[in-house]
Amino acid sequence: MNSYHLDHLQYLETEAIHVMREVAAEFERPCLMFSGGKDSICLLRLAEKAFRPSDIPMPLLNVDTGHHFPELNEFRDRRAAELGARLIVRKVEDAIGNGIAVPISGEVSRNRLQIPTLLAAIEEFRFDCCIGGARRDEEKARAKERFFSFRDSFGQWDPKNQRPEIWNLYNARVNPGEHMRVFPLSNWTEMDVWEYIGKEKLEVPSIYFSHRRTCVRRNGQWLPVTDILPPKPNEKVKELVVRVRTIGDIISTGLVESPADSVDDIIAEIAAARVTERGSRADDKASEAAMEDRKKAGYF
Amino acid sequence: MPHSAHTIEILRFNTCGSVDDGKSTLIGRLLYDSKSLMEDQLEALERSADITGGGQINLANLTDGLRAEREQGITIDVAYRYFATPRRKFIVADTPGHVQYTRNMVTGASSANLSIVLVDARNGVIEQSRRHTYIAALLGIPHLVIAVNKMDLMDWSEECFLEIRDEFEAFLPRLDIFKDVKFIPISALNGDNVVERSKYTPWYEGPTLLGHLETVHIASDWNLSAFRFPVQWVNRPNNPRDPGLHDFRGLSGQIAGGIVKLGQKVMVLPSGFKGTVKDIWTYDKSLPEAFCPQAVTLVLQEDIDVSRGDMMVGLEGLPGMNSDVRAKVCWMHPRPLQPGRKYFLKHTTQTIQAVVTSLDSRINIQSFDPEPEPSELAMNDIGEIRLRTAKPLVFDGYANNRLTGSFILIEQGTNVTAAAGMLHPPTELVKPEYNDFAI
Repeated sequence: MNSYHLDHLQYLETEAIHVMREVAAEFERPCLMFSGGKDSICLLRLAEKAFRPSDIPMPLLNVDTGHHFPELNEFRDRRAAELGARLIVRKVEDAIGNGIAVPISGEVSRNRLQIPTLLAAIEEFRFDCCIGGARRDEEKARAKERFFSFRDSFGQWDPKNQRPEIWNLYNARVNPGEHMRVFPLSNWTEMDVWEYIGKEKLEVPSIYFSHRRTCVRRNGQWLPVTDILPPKPNEKVKELVVRVRTIGDIISTGLVESPADSVDDIIAEIAAARVTERGSRADDKASEAAMEDRKKAGYF
Repeated sequence: MPHSAHTIEILRFNTCGSVDDGKSTLIGRLLYDSKSLMEDQLEALERSADITGGGQINLANLTDGLRAEREQGITIDVAYRYFATPRRKFIVADTPGHVQYTRNMVTGASSANLSIVLVDARNGVIEQSRRHTYIAALLGIPHLVIAVNKMDLMDWSEECFLEIRDEFEAFLPRLDIFKDVKFIPISALNGDNVVERSKYTPWYEGPTLLGHLETVHIASDWNLSAFRFPVQWVNRPNNPRDPGLHDFRGLSGQIAGGIVKLGQKVMVLPSGFKGTVKDIWTYDKSLPEAFCPQAVTLVLQEDIDVSRGDMMVGLEGLPGMNSDVRAKVCWMHPRPLQPGRKYFLKHTTQTIQAVVTSLDSRINIQSFDPEPEPSELAMNDIGEIRLRTAKPLVFDGYANNRLTGSFILIEQGTNVTAAAGMLHPPTELVKPEYNDFAI
């Protein structure tokens, strides 16, 4: 840093802290969505930077699909406890049980069922704002979304009718029943996230690093073999040295073969990567507009 | 590459042009030639090429992210793209070129360091070119690039390029805001002078577009002259575990101008109370000084009343403070602006009520001249208005400070953002002795 000048990570950090504080100041009942994934780990550090020495003035919220990697949930619970934050977990399983989320017969993925579960949690706690870790570089529909992204009383996003967002003057006004999704990491790239994790020496769940795992080949991807994802008779099963690049459900997250076992290794791997992060997410491959459709319905 | 020895800065730019000037193609070309595209993105492009492009890769498909956009072959909303070279990181706002243009361009360009105005070499300077250049100037974007595109279709004629340059240079002095203006002859489709130097332009001695983006001097784009600190959030630990924090009362915010130093005297406005900076607190460590646009928490020596919406300023270079202000606005709402209507006005960290006391002019975007006393401002119109606010605004002229000179208007009831406003310079400044009795 030469005298009065910010480098790219400092600039992105400043922008995100400003957004977080706007949320704390403008909303009555905000929450911060924390899954334990790398992006929300950065969000938590940014919340500390925005609000310390005070406590983080909002609870953490996670929608548990029941298909999470166990390493992720362990990390999520421990990190929340370390921060002294209140963690609210709402389970898709329970939402199915009480009829809030209705699976289609034969539907294995819990991806779609997260939406009604999340919206029910927002209603239950009357949240008027949810901070999320989505980034615009992840996906084409997200590339169009605002920092402060308005949701109507059905939780829907209307991409053709977004509020103009000018300078750093975020319009945070919502009427009762409506809410805002706020994305402080909008301008961050995958590389920025890892560089920040490295710079801040943030702990991440072990599955981001190289480990041995039994994998099954399906739809051009290596998926982890588990009780809920047993290999079919004619599928190829192999013991591989892998890591996750992005974490979704344990049944849809493709594993990448990788020897990277440190943050520096991961940064070098991303720098040389020739496919995008979401290339390993089966939920996004459903169609060109898969993410757009889910977001319109109230997805993260 | 990561962990490079030198500092990597971020440059934010936006591209503007009319519908077929090749904006999205240009961004696609920058991403493609700087090797910022990944295999799965290329595969997706190649798949869509077979369907829509007759086999040619359509680089525009990279930025058109919504289903309706791909179906109609148009861009609806601002799309943001990210790429990096070893020298800089770039945040690109690709703004659509047709309906609701002004509104979208203002959204995409408000925080840009640089604007690229694309001109189709075959058509020369058209209405849109003047409009885009005017809006870039209105928004106070410091750096301007005129990219003369489709030069291949004009046989790379230097004469054609110079004619277009002369036309711009005839009206640029009237806008008198840009720190630098660069003219570059390119072909976005073929990549000439975008990343790679063209073999067809021996007569052009300037940099390629990317070369310029990588080197244009942006270090002084933030205002570092007069200290401005809109208080965003009062930081008071509830039950601090650390007894040293029992009396902690910090004022958190992002510095919107200038530099603050430990021990410095500051004034809180609008109250006029003065205080001394005791600590520049951050999560990492306390700082001896901090500067725009850092986010910090200031602790004052004195126990004075400060809350969100107040502005802390240095005693030198004081701002204006008034409930009656003049501004240029870009109207963004289908319901037109009419004098007498009330809105919420958000300026720095405060949202207050404001009434439009008069509508003085609408700017003719062709001649740049104000047309006096229109009856209303319709969507995409730019005009000059007067406002009266429920509390005084502590502000600078927009040309001096983009953060303390800007505001938005919000429609009451629907909460929709209706206008972007740029304040005229204050007619009178706060006096240093203001409220001296309060010390």
